[in-house]
Amino acid sequence: MARETLLNIVLFLMLPVTAGIALLLDEPFIITLVTKAAILALAGVGLNIALGLGGLVSFGHAAFFGLGGYAMGILASHAQSYTPLMETPFLIEGTKSMLVIWGAALVTAALAALAIGALSLRTTGVYFIMITLAFGQMLYYFAISWPAYGGEDGLSIYIRNDFPGLNTLDPIQFFAIAFGVLAIALFGASRIAKAPFGLALFAARQNAERVETVGLTPFRLRLVAFVISGAVTGLAGALFADLNRFVSPTMFSWHTSGEIMVFVILGGVGRLFGPVAGAALFILLEHVLGGISDFWQVYLGILLLLVVLFARGGLIGTLAGREVAHD
Amino acid sequence: MTDPLLKISNLNKSFGALKATDDVSLTLLPGEIHALIGPNGAGKSTLIKQVAGGLVSDSGRVEFSGRDVTSLATVARARAGLGRTFQISSLAMEYTVLQNVVLGALGKDGRVMRFFRPVMKDRDLVDRGMAALTRVGLEDKAARRTADLSHGQRRLLEVAVALTLEPKVFLMDEPMAGLGASGSKRLTAFLDGLRAQAPILLVEHDMDAVFALADRISVLVYGRIIATGTADEIKRDPAVREAYLGAEDAA
Repeated sequence: MARETLLNIVLFLMLPVTAGIALLLDEPFIITLVTKAAILALAGVGLNIALGLGGLVSFGHAAFFGLGGYAMGILASHAQSYTPLMETPFLIEGTKSMLVIWGAALVTAALAALAIGALSLRTTGVYFIMITLAFGQMLYYFAISWPAYGGEDGLSIYIRNDFPGLNTLDPIQFFAIAFGVLAIALFGASRIAKAPFGLALFAARQNAERVETVGLTPFRLRLVAFVISGAVTGLAGALFADLNRFVSPTMFSWHTSGEIMVFVILGGVGRLFGPVAGAALFILLEHVLGGISDFWQVYLGILLLLVVLFARGGLIGTLAGREVAHD
Repeated sequence: MTDPLLKISNLNKSFGALKATDDVSLTLLPGEIHALIGPNGAGKSTLIKQVAGGLVSDSGRVEFSGRDVTSLATVARARAGLGRTFQISSLAMEYTVLQNVVLGALGKDGRVMRFFRPVMKDRDLVDRGMAALTRVGLEDKAARRTADLSHGQRRLLEVAVALTLEPKVFLMDEPMAGLGASGSKRLTAFLDGLRAQAPILLVEHDMDAVFALADRISVLVYGRIIATGTADEIKRDPAVREAYLGAEDAA
C-alpha cells in the first residue's frame, strides 16, 4: 500500500512539475501536451469507475466524451455568433462561461449514461461491449450528419471559454484548471472506491450472486456507477474541446472509446492513478514515437499486448505490486 | 400450534422431461431446524434456489412470515429476511474476511448509495461484522484475504455473512461440506444454539449433524418428499431406508 501511495504522489506531481519546467524553458507546446494528458487522464478516471470498480467494459465512452465536447461547442458557438440556442418555450442563450459549460456537459453526459446504461446493463460480457459500442457509433454518425453544428467538419471556437479570475488562453493557466479538475475527480474517485457504494459495487464485480444474497441489486449499483463514470468522462470532453478550441465527430468515434480504454489498461485497471499513468505514457509515446515513425501505434499495440499478457496490473501494478485490499 | 415462518406449498419445477421438484410442500416453524436430506440429484439444490429466489417455479407458492413471496426476486426475498448460505462458497474473494461481513451488514441496512465516507471506518458496520466473525470463530482472520482462506474457513464465513443479515429464517445449503470432523462438530454446536435466533432450513449430507440437530427431517428423492418426521421416525421409515439410507449402507 505504501509503495502505491508513493507512486501515486510521484504521478500526481509529475504533471505540474513537467508543466512548470516547460514554463521555465518557455515551451508552451509541452504545457499543452501535459494539459492534454491531464484531460485524457480525467476521461480515464471516469471510465475507470465503470471498468475498474464495476467491471463494466464500456466500449462506448466516446459517447460521453463527445457529448461533453459538443455541450461546450454548441454553447460557445451560439455565444460567439450572438444567436440564442433556442427561444421557445424559453430562451436559452449560448455561453462562454466554462463553469456553466461544465455543468451542461456533466448533466448531458449523465443523462445519456442513464439512458444508455439502463438499456446496456441488461446485457453482460461481449454483448455489453457491443451495445455500448453501438450507442457510441450512433452518436458519431448523428454528429456527422447533423449540419447545424458543422457536421463532419466539426465546430471551431475562436476564443477559449472564460474562467473567473484566470486567463484561459495562457497555457499554464489553462493547465492549472485542467489539473485542478483532475485532482478533484481523483479525490472523488478515491472516496467512492472506499465508500459503502464502492464496497458494494466492487463486490458485485467479484460475485453478483453474493451481493444479491445480502439484499442489494447489482443492476442499480452498476447503473449509478455508469452514470457517474459517463458524467466524469463528459466533463473531460468539454475540457478537451476547450483545449483544442475545436469539436468534431471524431470525439464520438470508437477510436476515442478505445483510446480511453487503453489509458486505463496501460496504467492499471481499477487502480486510482492508473488512468493518469496510462494517459501520460500514451501522450509521451505519441510525442516521442510519433516523431520517429508515422506508424507509432504499432509500437503502442505491442506495448498493450505485453501489458495484457504479462502485466495485468498495468504500469501501476508492475511498479507497486498487487493491490492490497483497502483498510 | 404456531404459524410457520416459511411455508412451501405444492412447488414444482421441471427441466424438460425431468421433474426436479415434484409437488413439494414443507414448513419451517419458529425455533426449529428442519433438515432436508436426500441422495445426490434428488433436487435439494433446485428446491433451495426456488425458495431463495434464484429459480422461478413452474407452480406452487412460497410464503414467508405470512406473505406470498413467490413472485419476488432474490434481492427482495433477502430483504424480507431470508438468509442464505451457498453449497459452494459464494463470497467476494478479493475482499478481506472483514469486508465480506461488512458487506452483509451494509446489505442489511440497505443504505448503499453513500459515496463519501469510508465504509471500513463506519464503526457500526465494522462492529456488527466483527461480532458475526467472533460468533463463528473467525475473528483472528478478519484481515485475511478471502481467497487465502481454507475451504472450511470459507464455509464459516458464509455463515457469518448470513448472521450479519439478521434474517428471520436461515437457508443453509450444506454448511458442513468440507469442514472436517472437528469443524463439523463445532458448527453443529453453533447451529444448535442458532435455532433460538431464527429457524433453519438445513440441507446437509452429514448425517451425524442432521440427526443431532434436526427437529424434523424431510427426505427428498427424485424431487418428491417421501417422508417427513423426527429423526427416529425417519430412521425407522421403510421407504426412507430403501431409497436413501439403505442405498448408503449398500455402498
